[in-house]
Amino acid sequence: MSANVSDTVGQAAMAVDVADPIVMSFTVFVLAIFVGYHVVWNVTPALHTPLMSVTNALSSIVIVGAMIASGPVEMNLATILGLIAVGLASVNIFGGFMVTQRMLAMFKKRG
Amino acid sequence: MLSANMTELAYLVASVLVILALKGLSSPETSRRGNMFGMLGMGIAVLVTLQLDGIENYTWILVAIATGGLIGGVAARKVPMTGMPETVAFMHALVGLSAVLIATSAFLNPMAYGIADSMGAMHTASRIELFLGTFIGAITFTASLVAFGKLKGFVSGNPVTFSGQHLFNLVLGIVMVGAGIVFCINESPTAFMVMLSIALVLGILLIIPIGGADMPVIVSMLNSYSGWAAAGIGFTLGNNMLIVAGALVGSSGAILSYIMCKAMNRSLFHVLLGGFGSDTSDSGSSVAEVGTRPVRSGAAEDAAFLLKNARSVIIIPGYGLAVARAQHALKELVEVLQMQGVKVRFAIHPVAGRMPGHMNVLLAEADVPYDIVEEMDEINPEFSDTDVALVIGANDVVNPAAKTDASSPIYGMPILEASKAEHVIVVKRSLSVGYAGLDNDLFYMDKTMMVFDDAKKACEAMLHAIE
Repeated sequence: MSANVSDTVGQAAMAVDVADPIVMSFTVFVLAIFVGYHVVWNVTPALHTPLMSVTNALSSIVIVGAMIASGPVEMNLATILGLIAVGLASVNIFGGFMVTQRMLAMFKKRG
Repeated sequence: MLSANMTELAYLVASVLVILALKGLSSPETSRRGNMFGMLGMGIAVLVTLQLDGIENYTWILVAIATGGLIGGVAARKVPMTGMPETVAFMHALVGLSAVLIATSAFLNPMAYGIADSMGAMHTASRIELFLGTFIGAITFTASLVAFGKLKGFVSGNPVTFSGQHLFNLVLGIVMVGAGIVFCINESPTAFMVMLSIALVLGILLIIPIGGADMPVIVSMLNSYSGWAAAGIGFTLGNNMLIVAGALVGSSGAILSYIMCKAMNRSLFHVLLGGFGSDTSDSGSSVAEVGTRPVRSGAAEDAAFLLKNARSVIIIPGYGLAVARAQHALKELVEVLQMQGVKVRFAIHPVAGRMPGHMNVLLAEADVPYDIVEEMDEINPEFSDTDVALVIGANDVVNPAAKTDASSPIYGMPILEASKAEHVIVVKRSLSVGYAGLDNDLFYMDKTMMVFDDAKKACEAMLHAIE
């Protein structure tokens, strides 16, 4: 643990015992799974197909990683791969939300 | 640009909006607003990322977003609702591929991600995260492509099996993990490439033994994988937004897989081992009986007479309804019956379509109001008080053997209890067996009338007879 901590938190925090960022990430991860579990069991079965298409759009949040990968102005293999990933994730984000909206608009009440 | 704290807070707002998007899906009324929240959250996440330090390649990034967005938007407008399962499978493949590309890019240029020390060597923790994100993404990518091919009909829906298959996959899996561990220890590019290649191959091998009938489970499972892949990338970047969204999607897919398995009376383990629904399965004896037992068949006009004089009718649609494109004719039939004072409801089995909730969307597309469409648990107690159960294009989901015959392969599967209604009308082209390859006792009951016709023609004929 010590090697990582020294890189990330720097000299000032050396004296204090600071949790590794990965532990904080893991905390967020586990809590989010609990939130997901409860929220998703509340989704009405009639909307399970829109649930799948919208979660598809949501997992394309990897676009954040893709944008970081393609961030440097210098064009090399790393940035090109990143740009392709930005494009693919965008297909999903726009496609996923729009097809979900299209489906949800079909669900109407009687009368 | 925003300070680091402001950036994190903006990501937090985006995460909350994403949770609200899923929460909205608890009812159709709130779902559209929920979807708007989801779009807003995603928009905030993208904008916040654009202003991050180190992101300067604006032109190309915006070009990539615009191109992808255009393709996605056009596809979203054009895709037919019957094609949703393969569309979703294809989208999973895109998430998987993006994850692989991002991971490879991070591996090539760790400095851009701030996951390397000043010498350019990656932290051990980052290597582990990169390993996890890469192999989950790679398996998601190729597995989803195969699932897409099977659903679309490019690849045969029959399970592909060979002897020693599971052992072979196990060995590949061990080699992959081994290469991953080597990569985590010494950052060897060879180990990374070996790990990536095996994961890609493994994705294909894991899905080919699984039959077409199990695809609803597989699509849900890949939904889950795509979420875990996103969370894996989130760990690599130390980005909470990705971790939250990935975990939400991961648990959503896992829950859907569980619901589908339960509805099909299959364990996830058996689905993954594959081989179900193949021609070699032991269903010969029951198939041989088909056609030799007496059934009561009737014309659409007879069925129309029964329906018109009923007080209450429950319609059980199956995927056959959608194949025959009979939804609109059926919806008109329902309206005419309602005008005659008949109480009409729909009963939906969880595996009525080819993906979770598919039948509900197909009915909604045909303008059937969602408040007369009920789930299995809600409607099952109602059958005993119903005059006519009208089964259209469904088979296994109304097979009483699931409750009565302990030797049946589908014994224990939850079914719609159509046999409890006063009369049963089954619209079906022939007495052919369903996905499970079983004969259905419901067809031979005294109270059952078979209408041997195409679903669309039958609905139109019934409509005509009542008018």
